[in-house]
Amino acid sequence: MQFFLLLALPLLGAAAARLIPDNRLRPIVLPLFAVIQLGLVGWLLADTPPPIFSGWLELDALGKLVLGSFSILFAACSWYAVKYLRTRHERSNRMLCTSLLLCLSAMSLVSVSHNLGLLWVALEATTLAMAPLIYFNSNARSLEATWKYLLLCSVGIAVALLGIFFLAYSTIVAHQDATLLLGSLIEDAPRLNPAWRHAAFIFLLVGFGSKMGLAPLHSWKPDAYGEAPGLVGALLAGGLVNCAFLALMRIYQIAAATQEAPIFQNALIGMGLLSMAFAAVFMARQSDFKRMLAYSSVEHVGILTLALGLGKGALYGGLFHMVNNCLTKGVLFLSAGNIHRAYGSKSTDLVRGAIRLVPWSGALFLVAFLAITGSPPFAPFVSELTIVSSAFANHNYWAGTLFLVFLAIIFIGMAFTVLPVVLGDPPEKLGDEAEPYQDTPTSVAPLLGLMALMLLLGVWMPKPLSDLLSAGAALLGERR
Amino acid sequence: MGAFADQLLVLAILINFAALGTSRLVLAVRVIGFQGVVLGVLPALIHPFSWHIAAIVALTVCAKGIIIPWLITNAIHKAEVKRELEPFVGYIPTLVLGALCTALAFVFAKHLPMAPEHQGMLFVPASIATLMSGFLVLTTRRKTISQVLGYLLMENGIFIFGLLLAEAMPAMVEAGAILDLLVGIFVMAIVINQINRADPTSDSASPTILRED
Repeated sequence: MQFFLLLALPLLGAAAARLIPDNRLRPIVLPLFAVIQLGLVGWLLADTPPPIFSGWLELDALGKLVLGSFSILFAACSWYAVKYLRTRHERSNRMLCTSLLLCLSAMSLVSVSHNLGLLWVALEATTLAMAPLIYFNSNARSLEATWKYLLLCSVGIAVALLGIFFLAYSTIVAHQDATLLLGSLIEDAPRLNPAWRHAAFIFLLVGFGSKMGLAPLHSWKPDAYGEAPGLVGALLAGGLVNCAFLALMRIYQIAAATQEAPIFQNALIGMGLLSMAFAAVFMARQSDFKRMLAYSSVEHVGILTLALGLGKGALYGGLFHMVNNCLTKGVLFLSAGNIHRAYGSKSTDLVRGAIRLVPWSGALFLVAFLAITGSPPFAPFVSELTIVSSAFANHNYWAGTLFLVFLAIIFIGMAFTVLPVVLGDPPEKLGDEAEPYQDTPTSVAPLLGLMALMLLLGVWMPKPLSDLLSAGAALLGERR
Repeated sequence: MGAFADQLLVLAILINFAALGTSRLVLAVRVIGFQGVVLGVLPALIHPFSWHIAAIVALTVCAKGIIIPWLITNAIHKAEVKRELEPFVGYIPTLVLGALCTALAFVFAKHLPMAPEHQGMLFVPASIATLMSGFLVLTTRRKTISQVLGYLLMENGIFIFGLLLAEAMPAMVEAGAILDLLVGIFVMAIVINQINRADPTSDSASPTILRED
């Protein structure tokens, strides 16, 4: 019952958004349904229902972490959206509101799917629901970004489908009942046909990797993140990334039970470090601060993948980092969106001294930058520290060292863009598209809330969350 | 029936070359649609009759043979492009590459063990060859419509492999996958139309404003 509500309520909201004729009234649907969803998620986390549909839908610790984190992010974004869409009243927001809620339903389905086929269908649905959102600004640049995103993600996820088929076929070759149920696949994993299993893991890694935006499959990311409105960028970097990462973790659960576990883990470590390296190179001297955030996202999916590859204690840190990245990215993208609007530009040539023009947004952008690059006392610092200390404790000296080196380079590269944007004197003449934007409670409070949460989790870990993270790490085979 | 199924798979591989070698977009849409129909009929030949299989056949033929070609043909007419004139790589080289990929697909397939009931059939090489052809079209053509066609070829390749699982696969997953494909093509067609409206002179070549500075 709760599962149905979880999936159906956002759909109801989408239908409502579709039907409401008034452009000014319509955005109210977003926070309304986001709050209902958040309440429902709280209920589901506290009182988890048993699996239904013979195990197709089930909420385990990994699903809970993903579901909880993007629900909080979505609530913050939808609150922010009301004010944002009021200032953009000249443009119809029907498509945006509808797609946002459709996407919420699809993301919820991803987090509860325990059948790989259903998981795939839901993940592809999130890809499609996001496409109109990236195109919200309806100009040539956003059009190109949408096209790139749509084509590359669709192709990537098609490859993942083939990987899922291979996995299913390996059960047939091994004379077992063909199944895509996660539980049975994990149980039977060691007995599945190795050749097919091997091919499946490669295809799945490439497929879900491109959906996550791991280097070198990330080329859609800077365009999509750069051209989409801030709140859509936040959901892409915080919500969709976590959904794709959940899919990768599902595959990891299967792979960890087979003889290929070390190869798969090494591939993850390699791709993770490569993503961080790419981010470090492209982040330097990035003159567009929204594109810079895209490379920050490439970096953090790299960190998540690396943590998964390192295994053991890093899994706990990786899961915690997934939550932290989701919420901190929300602050970064939303504050960047505010600054973009106030200046009418996202080029660092023009945008300077944001802390004077829009004090709250400027300050939050700066603080979120410090948080995401792993400065204490914020939560990402704790999670990154857990990952790196586990790497050294388990004698992965190379991975640990490279991780620290890349983090340092990225900190410097990102600071070169963020500091001039925030500090200094504002330019005398603003960009052509500049709006008379001022920080207001509705455009700043959601960001403050997320940032406060990051500070809180940095200094104090609540017991339920810590239990959830441990349970998630155990599902990923922490002891292996 | 296995022999007939294999002949249809050979036909599907030949269609790949037709799609790789033609510059006329409408023709390419038609052959890929025809390939979809051929593949849609296949499950009826290799699996015993059941309503589940009948539904797959009907759904696939409808989606891949009728609705998707119609959507893309519409986009082509609106965009007023007839041919792919300046591919990144010429037609002869792509055909040669396509032949090479097909040969590689056969080599690759040899190394994968098959279930006894599928022994000696062409499903795996046909699937991989079609997937690779789609990838070739996707990467060597400049026009957005050609890129969509490449994506469709890839999907057909994956579908060929999925046929082996048709009985084992739950209907909901299949229906969901086809629905996703339909909506995906629908959204892509809209984007193509928008590209033309935004810049009628663009000739719906894939846009290239966003470059790394």
